[in-house]
Amino acid sequence: MSETQLIFQLSHPGRSATSQAPKALSDDKLSAIPAHLRRKQKPGLPEVSEMQVVRHYTNLSSKNFAIDKQFYPLGSCTMKYNPRGANRAAMLPGFLNRHPLAPESHSQGFLSCMFELQNFLKEVTGMKGVSLAPMAGAQGEFAGVAMIRAYHDARGDEGRTEILIPEAAHGTNPATAVMCGYKVREVPVGKDGDVDLEALKAACGPQTAGLMMTNPSTCGVFERQIEAISKAVHEAGGLLYYDGANLNAILGKVRPGDMGFDVIHMNLHKTFATPHGGGGPGAGPVGVSERLLPYLPAPMAGQRDDGSYHWIDTDTLDTSIGHLSAFMGNAGVLLRAYFYARSLGREGMIRVGEFSTLAANYLLKRLEAVGCTAAYPDRRASHEFILTFAKEAKELGVTAMDIAKRLLDYNQHAPTTYFPLLVPECFLIEPTETESKEALDAFVDAMAAILEEARTEPDRVKEAPFTQPVRRLDDVKAARELDLTWTD
Amino acid sequence: MPYIPHTPDDVRAMLDAIGADSIEDLFDEIPAHLKAAGKLDALPDGLSEMEVTRLMNERAAMDAGAVSFIGAGAYQHHIPAAVWEIATRGEFYTAYTPYQAEASQGTLQVIYEFQTLMTRLTAMDVSNASVYDGASGLAEAVLMSLRANRKSKSRKVLVPAALNPRYTSATKAIVENQDVALETVPFCQEKGQTLIDALKPHEGEDFAALVISQPNYFGSLEEVDALTDWAHANGMLVIAVVNPTAMALITPPGEWGEQGADIVVGEGQPLGVPLSSGGPYFGFMCCKQKHVRQMPGRIIGRTVDMEGKQGFTLTLQAREQHIRRSKATSNICTNQGLAMTAATIYTSLLGPDGLTNVAAHCHANTQALADKLTAIDGVERAFTAPTFHEVVLTLPKPADEVLAALAEKDVLGGVSLAKDYGMSNAILVNATEVHSEGDLDLFAVALKEVLA
Repeated sequence: MSETQLIFQLSHPGRSATSQAPKALSDDKLSAIPAHLRRKQKPGLPEVSEMQVVRHYTNLSSKNFAIDKQFYPLGSCTMKYNPRGANRAAMLPGFLNRHPLAPESHSQGFLSCMFELQNFLKEVTGMKGVSLAPMAGAQGEFAGVAMIRAYHDARGDEGRTEILIPEAAHGTNPATAVMCGYKVREVPVGKDGDVDLEALKAACGPQTAGLMMTNPSTCGVFERQIEAISKAVHEAGGLLYYDGANLNAILGKVRPGDMGFDVIHMNLHKTFATPHGGGGPGAGPVGVSERLLPYLPAPMAGQRDDGSYHWIDTDTLDTSIGHLSAFMGNAGVLLRAYFYARSLGREGMIRVGEFSTLAANYLLKRLEAVGCTAAYPDRRASHEFILTFAKEAKELGVTAMDIAKRLLDYNQHAPTTYFPLLVPECFLIEPTETESKEALDAFVDAMAAILEEARTEPDRVKEAPFTQPVRRLDDVKAARELDLTWTD
Repeated sequence: MPYIPHTPDDVRAMLDAIGADSIEDLFDEIPAHLKAAGKLDALPDGLSEMEVTRLMNERAAMDAGAVSFIGAGAYQHHIPAAVWEIATRGEFYTAYTPYQAEASQGTLQVIYEFQTLMTRLTAMDVSNASVYDGASGLAEAVLMSLRANRKSKSRKVLVPAALNPRYTSATKAIVENQDVALETVPFCQEKGQTLIDALKPHEGEDFAALVISQPNYFGSLEEVDALTDWAHANGMLVIAVVNPTAMALITPPGEWGEQGADIVVGEGQPLGVPLSSGGPYFGFMCCKQKHVRQMPGRIIGRTVDMEGKQGFTLTLQAREQHIRRSKATSNICTNQGLAMTAATIYTSLLGPDGLTNVAAHCHANTQALADKLTAIDGVERAFTAPTFHEVVLTLPKPADEVLAALAEKDVLGGVSLAKDYGMSNAILVNATEVHSEGDLDLFAVALKEVLA
């Protein structure tokens, strides 16, 4: 595939997409703006025709892997099918044109969807209250930990300075704890993928504000001691935070609220099938137990006795941790999640956990059968699992990165690589419930072929990919000789 | 089974390969008493696409039909059809974070072009790939200013009262956990601007940064050169909060005062993103080159592959949470990729003249609207400062009552300043290029009736 020029290289002075902008106004219409505040030179935007723009970005889109094109088994990312119907529904004119500050009289349709979505999420997580305000998983985490802090502060319990985090956790967990003003103490994970319970108990104390954990964990297994962990943290006066990254594994099967969690965030762009959009937008609603209800982020949708809907905001909920965005979060993502929830209903919701777990366990067994090494061979996979290529790296000089790159040549998106950090040369693989058995089998065939290549012609693997728009990129040059914007 | 492809035969074959009797067996590591069986009864039955679509059509229709003059941080603009037709192509819509750069060159090049577009609009050196929205972008900018201002030891930032109050409250909620304080600078009640006089009491004090909003919440244009030079003379960085449409017409922050602003953030929604009840939008974030390592969020760089061919990749990842964990610049993992893609397409379609014309029509329409409304007895402009595309009007009756009465006529007549500023008779109104002369007249007629 050839290099695509930059949009700036297509620019010709005086060209424009004429039908897209209103006509020029005479300068006297702008006389109210003082000359010294006027821009002196027009901005260096591209001057191109409408068709040039359409062709340019359509061509660029073809340089992406995407769920709509390929199997995309990124672990902990839940790359399931994103229903097209959800997109169409969220883009209905009544939703699209509604101003976020429109009065309640002109917001009943939107508010009703949000109110119901809050209730659905409460039900599937077993929590007492839900706010849809956080705009991504990381903001949901922030809201969750900020609520933990608000809870301790309200009780005058000021000595709690530490958040406990299992070492396998996603990097956002410690980064979030720090954003909320906490120190981080990491807790070791045992050889079977479960938290080292004795180490956790030893780490708990009067300084413990809470524990952040994912269950099933980022090791791809269900944390079997969850109740003992919950007890230890609660007895020390800390609260339990559930990172919903892996909620897909247990949707309809186990509820975080029943496991003893005080606060959770959900990633609707994972579990509720809203699009990842090349890296966003997401939506990271939070759910809480009874004692954290007063601190939920604003605004939320409420219902009056007469059935009409209204906003619950900081004027009536003054203990709230406040607003996390200018308005109410990623509303359009929430509407897509609402579509998905209505589409699945109760039965469909239960099947998500079941079939994502079935797919992962099937894929793991098949991959083991063709010579892959499981990191936790004695455990059930959750909706995802870890392979390690430490042996291949040592004996053949072929790394997990090499195998990931070679997968692209087989038209398979690579799984998550080198995460969690505690397993060397690893893949974290999450097939999701929406992939057919044939798609899973094709991935197994690709992996078998690559392992064979690693033994017989390792350079094919080490130098991959060969079929993509570019070969492996020079990341060192990118960081050393920063080139972040185009210069004409 | 919506979206699940497995037939009974598939399931049987898969269970056989696993060596399990049933799907339930796969959950045998979960303590039995924790299982949720029968606990999801409050969920409704599933619906077909046709049924959910019908339901959501009804809901959406409930919110449609009014003519709106609400701005206050989110603005109606014409969005070319091509913008979302392309942005929602599956190749953009269903891709994820471009960690596998070779298989993500489409998204990566779009971000690189976006970064370039934003630096050109703001006249700054570098841009990131976007953050959640303008308000949370300001919170990130405040935290960034503490890291970037090496001369200051302060954990305080000066914030004008004339800044969008939703930005102030979101920024507070995000930064206060890290013991960062925002100190308010009052605005001139006559002009509706932030004056140097209001900053004088802070001369010689240690603050990490001064926030300057252009235009400010009231739509007023601030005297940005003087404010910027004052901040720099007092050892503060300047964080500019700007409207991207206005940038086509108004001096960009990179050219404010002697040295220009240091960090620029703003709400990107006006660049091709629909109002959509408040999101998903995107926050843009630019800065001077020397501060780039303190900037949070994803950044894309241009490099070459092993054959010397141009390519794009995530760079400076040592700032980010997946590498630095507790020492990262922020916990942000994503950008608002889809909205940012739309904005890149929008800005390219409009071009320099198109965006200038949009900005000019917004300004002219708002001037025309203000003229029509202030022709009504008792309606006056609240402030004397020049404005871009929003203006504060004082009414002879309480704003909340008037707005409710207008809404009954399907005219959404702006935002009341009663709650946020105690200006009980004041409304903030906006018009853009989408408003016709007829729309403006409709508002004027309705207001006249309501005030009669």
